[in-house]
Amino acid sequence: MITEFGRVLIFLIVGGVFVAGGLLFAWLLRPNRPYPSKLTTYECGEVPVGDTRVRFNIRFYVVALIFLIFDVEVVFLFPWAVVYKNLGWFAFIEMLVFLGILLVGYAYVWRKGDLDWDKPSPKVPSYEKGIGVRETHLTEEETAV
Amino acid sequence: MKEFLIDLLHNEALVYTLMAFVPLVWVVPFALFAVWWERKISAHMQDRLGPMRTGGYHGWAQTVADILKLIQKEDIIPSAADRKLFILAPYLVFAGSYAAYAAIPFSAAYVGSGINIGLFYVISISSIVVVGLLMAGWASNNKWSMFGALRSAAQIVSYEIPVALAILAVVMVAGTFDLQEINRLQTGWFWNWFLFQKFPFLFVGSIIYFVASLAEVNRTPFDIPEAESELVAGYHTEYGGMRFALLFLSEYANMFAVSAIATTLFLGGWNSPFGEFLSGPFWGLFWFLGKGMMFIFVQMWLRWTLPRLRVDQLMYVGWKVLIPFAFAVVIGVGFWVMAVR
Repeated sequence: MITEFGRVLIFLIVGGVFVAGGLLFAWLLRPNRPYPSKLTTYECGEVPVGDTRVRFNIRFYVVALIFLIFDVEVVFLFPWAVVYKNLGWFAFIEMLVFLGILLVGYAYVWRKGDLDWDKPSPKVPSYEKGIGVRETHLTEEETAV
Repeated sequence: MKEFLIDLLHNEALVYTLMAFVPLVWVVPFALFAVWWERKISAHMQDRLGPMRTGGYHGWAQTVADILKLIQKEDIIPSAADRKLFILAPYLVFAGSYAAYAAIPFSAAYVGSGINIGLFYVISISSIVVVGLLMAGWASNNKWSMFGALRSAAQIVSYEIPVALAILAVVMVAGTFDLQEINRLQTGWFWNWFLFQKFPFLFVGSIIYFVASLAEVNRTPFDIPEAESELVAGYHTEYGGMRFALLFLSEYANMFAVSAIATTLFLGGWNSPFGEFLSGPFWGLFWFLGKGMMFIFVQMWLRWTLPRLRVDQLMYVGWKVLIPFAFAVVIGVGFWVMAVR
């Protein structure tokens, strides 16, 4: 007896088997002649500079955190959405309160600017005024960025 | 279809395995020809002809030739890469996007698995793809791959919330997660489709779903994870040969999966637009694939119409435009259903 979730598992296995089968088929046909410079990491044809696993923008972490809160919220909303018609106004208002608390947090995050991505801040080189040096026409606001 | 096959073969496991191969029969040729189709559409939009020679008629065999070439390509795993994760990533990405097809009803007679939480399952299983993408980017140990994967993950998780909320609005009207049941609720003429129900809330919801699903599958204008001009090819820069082909295939499989969900939720799935006219299991398949292909065409059309968004604009659209509207849709639908019943 295979349940409905068993059939889902069969789908996952079929997906995996298809990938394995495709790779096996290609393995039978393809050549294999590796040498060190073929196996270097691609970096526009140059020798790679430094390691990839360096520190990256902290924003990705913030986005993941905010996502987590919203996603948990949505997970709670889903079972409610199926049955709320039968539960009447009480369950509906209860869920509005729950949503309201999240929306307050959302407004806070928005106001704090955590939903904004860091804008690039171009460094404007400062030149001494002199012959041959073009005067940069930037307003004060632009220079401050 | 299930009962018929069980009568024929008398073996449940064999029948379910056969049924699990059915979407593959659609997805693989679809991916092959969608690539060719995309090239032809882009060419005609730019007043070119596109591929014309391979296969004779308008270069129809171009992508077939491409796949034959990719099969013969040498498989290169960079020496700096994390070998195990590098090999594992395509499995996760493809199995994740293919498993979503388990709950998609292609016709009244065929659905891979009739689980009663179908929609919820689709949302959760498609999140596995993100893990696969991050794994591919990290394992490649390539700067382009790493940036592509990080951007991709940030984008997919950000747009998953509007997608989930738009789906939630439909669930609130339908009262079920079962995709077959949702289809049955929309039977009749096209004004029974959820697109036109609870107007304008679900109409706005469908637009939110479509825009956010474009971001979910990394299509233009949300294709910054794979921006060719800045990141080479994003997370699959280091993948070549068959591994690349499989990653590419799962992207097209994902494209059709989100289109199929949009079709089921808002355009009545396998229902004929004209009531009883041309309805039935086989015509159902025709309507379902037709509506899905229409979404695919719109995705391709947008790709050659809109420029790419910047990363801060992307976050702006997701968090500050789609999410407030999605919340408004959910609350609006809730009040409507509660007041009118």
